[in-house]
This record gives sequence, C-alpha cells and structure tokens, in this order.
Amino acid sequence: MAKMLMIYPDRCTGCHNCELACSFFHEGEFRLSASRIHVHTWEMEGISVPTTCEQCIDAPCIPVCPTSAMHNDPEGNRVGWDEIKCIGCRMCTLACPFGAVVFDASHNRILKCDLCGGAPECVAFCPVNALEYLDEADATRPRQRMIAMELKKTYAEAR
Amino acid sequence: MYGWIGTILRINLTTGHIRKEALDPAIARKFVGSRGLGTYIMSQEVDPASDPLSPDNKLIFAAGPLSGTNAPASAHWNVVTKGPLTGTIAASSSGGMFGAMLKYAGYDAVIVEGRAQEPVYVWINNDRVEIRDASKLWGKATPETTDRIRSFTDEEASVSCIGPAGERLALLANIINEYSRAAGRSGVGAAMGSKNLKAVAVRGTGAVRVPDPKAFRNAMVKAKDKLKAHPVGGRGLRMYGTDVLINILNENCGLPTRNFRESFFATADKVGGETLAKRLLIRPRGCFSCTISCGRATKVANPAFKGQGEGPEYESAWAFGPDCGVDDLDAIAKANYICNEYGLDTISMGATVACAMDLFEHGILSLEDTGGVVLDFGNAMAMVEMVRKTALGEGIGQKLGMGSYRLAESYGHPEYSMSVKKQEMPAYDPRALQGMGLNYATSNRGGCHVRGYVTAVEILGHPVKIDSLATEGKAEWNIIFQNLTAALDSSGMCLFSTFGLGGDDLAELTSAATGVPFTTEEFIQAGERIWNLERLYNLRAGFNAKDDTLPLRMLESPIPDGSTKGQVNRLEKMLPEYYRLRGWDASGVPTQQKLEALGLQPNQALAQ
Repeated sequence: MAKMLMIYPDRCTGCHNCELACSFFHEGEFRLSASRIHVHTWEMEGISVPTTCEQCIDAPCIPVCPTSAMHNDPEGNRVGWDEIKCIGCRMCTLACPFGAVVFDASHNRILKCDLCGGAPECVAFCPVNALEYLDEADATRPRQRMIAMELKKTYAEAR
Repeated sequence: MYGWIGTILRINLTTGHIRKEALDPAIARKFVGSRGLGTYIMSQEVDPASDPLSPDNKLIFAAGPLSGTNAPASAHWNVVTKGPLTGTIAASSSGGMFGAMLKYAGYDAVIVEGRAQEPVYVWINNDRVEIRDASKLWGKATPETTDRIRSFTDEEASVSCIGPAGERLALLANIINEYSRAAGRSGVGAAMGSKNLKAVAVRGTGAVRVPDPKAFRNAMVKAKDKLKAHPVGGRGLRMYGTDVLINILNENCGLPTRNFRESFFATADKVGGETLAKRLLIRPRGCFSCTISCGRATKVANPAFKGQGEGPEYESAWAFGPDCGVDDLDAIAKANYICNEYGLDTISMGATVACAMDLFEHGILSLEDTGGVVLDFGNAMAMVEMVRKTALGEGIGQKLGMGSYRLAESYGHPEYSMSVKKQEMPAYDPRALQGMGLNYATSNRGGCHVRGYVTAVEILGHPVKIDSLATEGKAEWNIIFQNLTAALDSSGMCLFSTFGLGGDDLAELTSAATGVPFTTEEFIQAGERIWNLERLYNLRAGFNAKDDTLPLRMLESPIPDGSTKGQVNRLEKMLPEYYRLRGWDASGVPTQQKLEALGLQPNQALAQ
C-alpha cells in the first residue's frame, strides 16, 4: 500500500534530530544545510514546524525538469530524482512551492527527500513521533482520533 | 580532526584583531572540550588574581566534541571565565542551538579578550567574523536583541546575548541564547557586559564529522535506546519537566523553604511539575539533538502575571516559590520570564529575594529600603516586584542584583545569605541531603547543584539509593559525580543524559565521535584533571580550605520540623575524608603526587 510522511507540528519539540539523522544518513556527516528536512522554530511561542518534500502527485518540479531527472516514482511513494540525468539547472528549486528541493552549493547538486528508500531516518530518530511514515489510507487517522478525544472529553463534561 | 573542528577563534575587542588558531590535539585529548578546554585556556592566559570585570579577564564560549552530532542531548556548551559573582573559575553551561552552530561555523571555541570602547556585537558567519556596532542594541531586553540581530544578520542565527542586567554589571547577570536558554550562574553576564559585548551571533553551514559513521551510529543508537528506556530520561522529564522534583524533595523534607529556615513547604504541590503541566504547559521543548525534552513552553493568562516563554524549571520554580514562601505558579513563571528577558540568573535571583525577605522579617531591611514594598515571605506580588526592580536596576534592585551575600553584608548580616563562595545554594537542603552539603562546600564555582548531582543517589536512587542523612560514603560519591560531570560537561553532553547513560556510554560516544579511544577510566580521569585544574585556579585566586564551607544556618540551626527534624549538616565529618580521597593535603591543596598522576603542573594555573 502507498505510504506517506505525516508531520505533526503540535508534537515537535524543535530538537532537530530529524535534520541530523537525514544529513548523517545521506552524507555521513552532520551538516544541517545538507538535510532534506528542515525545522522552523518560533522560540517565544514554543512552536516548531518541520517542512520537507510532499512527494506531490502532480509535482511542479517534474514538468520543469528538462531532462526528466525529476520523475514520478509511485513504487517508492515519491517523486524520484536521477542524479545521472540531472544537469544542475535548478529549475526544480524554483518550481517547488514548498522550497523542499534545495541546491547544495558545496557539492553542486540537488537535495531532495527520497524517503531513504522506504525507511525514513527522520521518522526513526524523532523522539516524539512528530514525524510518522504511514499507509496513505490511515495517515490522517491519528489526527482524527486526536480531535475525537477532545470531543469525547467535552461530551463527558456535558453529561 | 573528527568530533572536534580543530579551530579556535580569538577575538580581541580592545584591538579589533580576529585570529583563527589551531586546537592542539594533545590538549583536546587531555581536557576534552567545552568546560575543560575553556578552563585550560583560562589557566594559561588569565591571572587567577585578576579582576573578573577588568579587560584582563577573558570570556570563552566553548563547545564539546559531541556538540553538533546526534548523540542524544549533546548540545551543551559552556561560557568559561573568572566569575564576577564568586571570584572563582566559572563555567556556566547552556543548551539550545548555540554550541552546535559554533561547530558548524567552524570553531570549537571562541575566546573574547579585552574590552570594546563602545557597545559591540560579534557576528560569526562561517569563516567571516565581524565586530559590529551595538550602540542601538544597548539597553534592549534579550528577546528584542535577538530579533534585531537576526534581522541584521540571518534569521536562523543563534544569538547569545546579555540583557540590561549584564550591561549594568549586575553580578547575577547571565547570558541568554535562543530567548530562554541560559548560561546562568556565577555572573558570567556581568563579565560579558564589562567587555561592552552585547551579543555573539553565529551561523554555520559546515559539518561535524566522525571517523567511522557506522560505528558512531551504533554507539549513538545504543545510547538513545538506553535513554529512552529510562523512566526519568525517557518519559518523566518530558511529561513534567524538572519541576517534577518539587514534590519529591518536599516528600523527603529536603525542599529548602523560606530562605532555608525550613525544609518542607505545605503547599509545594501548587508549584510542582504536575501542576505546571496541567495549568501552564503548551508543549515540551528540546535543545538541539535532545531526546529528553525537559523544556517547558508555557503561557500565563492571569492578567497580573501575563506572559509567555519557557520555564520555570525546577530550580527557578523553587527559588521564586518555596524559597520565598510563594505558592503562586503564575507569579513564579512571571519572575522567570522577567529574568530571561533582562538576563538574570533565576536561582540566585530568587534566593536573593528570599534573603531580602528574611532580612525584612527580622527588621534589618526597612520599608524605606524596599521602596514601600511589604517584603514578607509568601507575598507573590512583592517577590515579582523585587525581580522587576532588579531587572530595571531600580532602588533596592541595585543591591539585589549584586546577590544575597553582598546584600546581607551591606546591612551587617552576611549570615542571612544562603550562599557558598558568595553564590546562592540551589534547591536541596544540605541538612537533609548531607552529601549535597559537601557538594556545595567543595564546588569549584560556589553553591551549585550541577557540579556533581549527589541528589541522584541520596533521593532519586539512581544508580543506587543511599541514606541521605548519613555522612558515610558521601565524600566518595561526590568525587565520583564531580569527576564524571566535569568530563560530561566537557564532552558537550547534557547532565540529564545521565538519566540513562553512564560513564561507559559517554566514553564510548566521545571515542566514536573523535576517533580518540577514551576508555571509561581515561574519560573520567579527564574529569578529575579538569576538577583539579579548577581547584588550582581557585587556590591561586586566593581561596583556601576555609572557603569550603556552608552558611552557619546549615551547620548550626537544626531543621525545625518534618522527617528531617533536628538535622544540621555535618560537614566536618565529610570534608577531611573528601580531601584525602581527592589526593589533596589537609588544607585542600592537591599533592604533587596527584598532580603528576593527572599530568598537571602545580603552577599550571600560572599568573602570567
């Protein structure tokens, strides 16, 4: 079954473990600028929001790619990127509405989430399950249940 | 180098010179990093007898070899300087992003020397380093300073700055990074203020590398799993924060109450972590790389104490709470927010207000002194008002900002100050926790709980439970904890990682990150070396065995009530044994033999 990466900012503690795990897995070093996921924090409000590639069905980065390096990869639940075909034109970084396709100047290449081939490291190393890799059909269930729990409490109080 | 970056940045504010120096691998191995490295640099470069607020003092921002990696809770870094509050060597630790950012920018440490003519801030953008004008930032609180510097530099810059308290050279001033992380103790903010240095902002896009990623991953995963499995490190601290300790210490009748007059606070639960989680908590927060998440994002809606930010953690909740006889959590959080905004150490601030309350109730402080505020224990409004006055330097606030010892001494009654080496003791009554008493007395930066957390064995039963009222074995436990903590602080790990990890794990992680094979013994011996070097520095600064003591109240006034009733601290039973086990002579001076074993010279802390 198709899977997707779910992000829960309400659970995120802003620890950046996802970025560390991502850069370590892909690059073998700890370099936040090489991470495919990024955490944005508003310290005073105490909230952090991770952003990464949404693996769009109709991905804007694909049609702008002149060499088809960027392509649909439904089996991998992702938008794939073929390093051999890539000419480094960076059109994808311009097209992505999420800013999730990044050009890594230190290595002259594209950085984009590839879901680590099916076992995302960011998910494995998130200490608070603010990231989950779920079956698409069930992906929103935790959020539904969260809301349902709140309603349940309200009913219990009203009764 | 692996783990370490291998570069130290030196900034002279008097001359404007900026220089990059190589980190000597032999020194890195001997002193690990962060607290140890900073202390070594201080011992080589700053005369222990120098005035902490003079340009002769230096301010060292130092990260450890594990900072910037994803070893769990490895983001701690230290400000090392001669502490203006204490006159001792001071290493004040903080979390957040700053330490890791420093490494990504390409430095293990930044040494700040001299004094700028006008207010400045330092902007470290990878290899580009600038000293910039901060005259328009002078007088600003820490959130505005951080926001503005980010707007001038980079929106993701990590900013360590002082508030108005540090500018005014208040000895309780701290250094704040990411709005609410603090290098809190010993007055390091005043040392920064004396240099006319408002802030250090850093952004790094470089890498921290390890020699063998697979081996590091194995050590890191092992450590993460251990931490996760521990009831405190894996769950307790995230649910309730460190403030969960309020009820635990209170149940053990070891919670200092009303300036350490008592050790039990009847309404403690109203200010404990469980109540905090129910009433003020928005969500838990974690420092960089942290899996523990003890941080508290909180909000107070109560119009009298309205505010938002982080905290309070345990020590702050205690200092503004039970120590002042206050059980209003909203007021406590407000006092905490004010301290973060103006750059004041919450422990010393709260304890200094408690001391002022004690002086007031004894008729030593008058209404005239307090500006008309009735400063009774339990008066939450008055407590917050005193913090506000200190933040703004108004009236008695000027004196409060100098700490409880100087406050009480100025009225001829230093015995009301619950401090060691002029630094306020934190939230563990040394009469109820005998070992913590020895710990305060021997701490190299004065009254402090993070130089060796003997509470772990005396109260929490971690790794074993020992009798908190006994004196036997306490010298040995203190030495074990002090050495381990000095090594841990120097590696970049957070003290709370010990709720799950031991010396073996920390040595393994440090080895995997650096490629230097530290055995557990070598790692802990590095801690012992650092401890002894700190001691040498303090001896040369003029401290001696007479200073290794506790306030008279702890030694002579028994706890009046509760299960610990009748107890005083029996320091005289523990201290000689401590010196002996340390390999020091009867007057607390490290023996030649001990120094040789540690590879230190007796004149290591050299007046140059």
